[in-house]
Amino acid sequence: MSERLHEKLEILADAAKYDVSCSSSGSKRKNHNKGLGEATGSGICHTYTEDGRCVSLLKILLTNHCIFDCAYCVTRKSNDIKRAAFTVQEVVDLTMNFYRRNYIEGLFLSSGIFKNADYTMERLVSVAKKLRTENKFNGYIHLKTIPGASDELMHEAGLWADRLSVNIEIPTESGLKLLAPDKNIKDMIEPMTYLKKEIIRTKEESKIFKSAPLFAPAGQSTQMIIGASGESDKDIMHTANKFYKGFNLKRVYYSGYVPISNDNRLPELGSAVPVLRENRLYQTDWLMRFYGFNVHELLNDQFPNLDPEIDPKLSWALRNMAFFPVDVNTADLQLILRVPGIGVQSAQKIVGARRFNKLGWDHLKKIGIALNRAKYFITCNSPITDRKDYTEAKIRQFILNESRSKFLTNGGQQYNLFG
Amino acid sequence: MEASSIIFSDKPVNVSYDGTWYGLLTAVFEAYSKKWNVSGFVVIDRESQSDFFAEKVIVVTDEVKAQRVWLGLKKKVPKENCIQLYRCYLSEMTGMAFTIFSCIKFYFSGFDSPHLAYGNPDVLKINQTSKMVYREKHRMEAFVRFQRTADDLYYAGIEPDFNVIPLLSQHFAERYADQNWLIYDIKRKYGIYYDQDKVEEITLNFSNEAGAKTSVKDVFHDSETLYQELWKNYFKNVNIPSRRNIKLHVQHVPKRYWKHLIEKK
Repeated sequence: MSERLHEKLEILADAAKYDVSCSSSGSKRKNHNKGLGEATGSGICHTYTEDGRCVSLLKILLTNHCIFDCAYCVTRKSNDIKRAAFTVQEVVDLTMNFYRRNYIEGLFLSSGIFKNADYTMERLVSVAKKLRTENKFNGYIHLKTIPGASDELMHEAGLWADRLSVNIEIPTESGLKLLAPDKNIKDMIEPMTYLKKEIIRTKEESKIFKSAPLFAPAGQSTQMIIGASGESDKDIMHTANKFYKGFNLKRVYYSGYVPISNDNRLPELGSAVPVLRENRLYQTDWLMRFYGFNVHELLNDQFPNLDPEIDPKLSWALRNMAFFPVDVNTADLQLILRVPGIGVQSAQKIVGARRFNKLGWDHLKKIGIALNRAKYFITCNSPITDRKDYTEAKIRQFILNESRSKFLTNGGQQYNLFG
Repeated sequence: MEASSIIFSDKPVNVSYDGTWYGLLTAVFEAYSKKWNVSGFVVIDRESQSDFFAEKVIVVTDEVKAQRVWLGLKKKVPKENCIQLYRCYLSEMTGMAFTIFSCIKFYFSGFDSPHLAYGNPDVLKINQTSKMVYREKHRMEAFVRFQRTADDLYYAGIEPDFNVIPLLSQHFAERYADQNWLIYDIKRKYGIYYDQDKVEEITLNFSNEAGAKTSVKDVFHDSETLYQELWKNYFKNVNIPSRRNIKLHVQHVPKRYWKHLIEKK
């Protein structure tokens, strides 16, 4: 019996791994009933795979039987692979026993679509319900919402889960039509819209009634596959921006396409995963969410793709030299955040520390800013400055000569395939 | 020599204390009230280089005096910055007691929001060291691997870089409220035990004789091997070989932790 369980776990973990979300943060579920677990902190990565990705949740499919035939998906109907299905109890037992040993923060349960959307969604919900009620499990639960599932089931899912997500997968509608003919954008948008309303409504309620039940306290997220449909970086990030603004999404994930099929609509088997591009997109995502950048400043019709050689903030700065130099001893936090080589924490430290004494190069270095990039864009309490009248091209060249991106040794070539 | 016998305040003073946190805070209290010119701290009974020319004094740990320093600190800087000092103490680094003392002195020096003075070397050092200790605590929250024993105790052995056990109780007690567990620092030879009611500090006597007689099968619960194997299997199957990045993997899971990680053993 344990052999079959091993085999199921192999098949259904393998099929779930292309979903990159592994976040277990943002919830506020306490261990209120002296049961097992809590989900209050910022999440913990309990281990990392050999590809360097965080393992925080038991991430599995309930089944990889699927009636859909999406070209980019290993689980697609037409793919000749081993199929398996967990019972509800098996998932519950795995989750409880892994959690008790401190292997995981909780469960991320997704599924192939079998029979129909509601039937599948109902099974996912029943796993979460069983964990919460019969097993007093208060760890993190992330459920995939199945496109086209009914509002009633979505509502119940929100009552048991911490986070819900629908993966948009392909950032453009035309790409989706081409690669996932069984899916339509409406079926994906509708549950997101419903969840957004419910999350807002229940939040309002909990302000009035302290005892109002939690509803998906860690919000919703989505994922886009990168490099499968010939989309531009602008397509991706403008779509992401719409999701953040329009649906209050907590996170948008970008997943470099891992070739799994010799379908001629897709990059061929053996082509490299676009990890560098993925990294640049995440940097852009961070700039939008934490650095006060508007997506149009970073990607627009004139600059539809990110620069693979330098990070998007540096790229923006070189295009906008009129903003600089920024005087770190007087400038607003918002401006300091725009300096290449200065992160959010360093920017806050600068603003705190400059009240005691004017900051010079030495102070800035000790605070931890990347002077090799920042020095061309700032002035501080020192007559020495590296801001001579360098052109953008010159600065770019200096910085590139000094620092080699960790991706460029194996990544430069790969980018051309997708660029 | 008795602490009270020091009369000259300008002569450097080397302070001996018992090595505890309260001991260190008591030392800070005494240094203030007796206006000592502190040149260093020595833990009693621990060999260390001391300043040959400095006067030596022994401080007797006094919880009331320690509390007064702690409460005073809380009025000067946010709670997080007070805890930072405690974390630095747990780093067990040489010279850290003196840095903590100097930083506390600065916090009491009358500046507004002194904890934000990242230009001050002591404040910066405390910030940086505290971050290292915090990271180690966070790593232990991630890397503890409980093994279920036959008598239903969840046991985990750890060997953290810093003495972070005192920082772990709350997290594990809240999370694993319905199981008995024990986290043991093998290097420092003490641990914390939770009995579903409270957390206690304990030390164990591992006698070799007992270890030789009992086999692994007797010690662990019937299901333990199954779940360890399932976990290893899961770990192997979530990896995406075409994204292989061992450098990043080792950066996140440094090799020195591997021997206690089921999936890396």
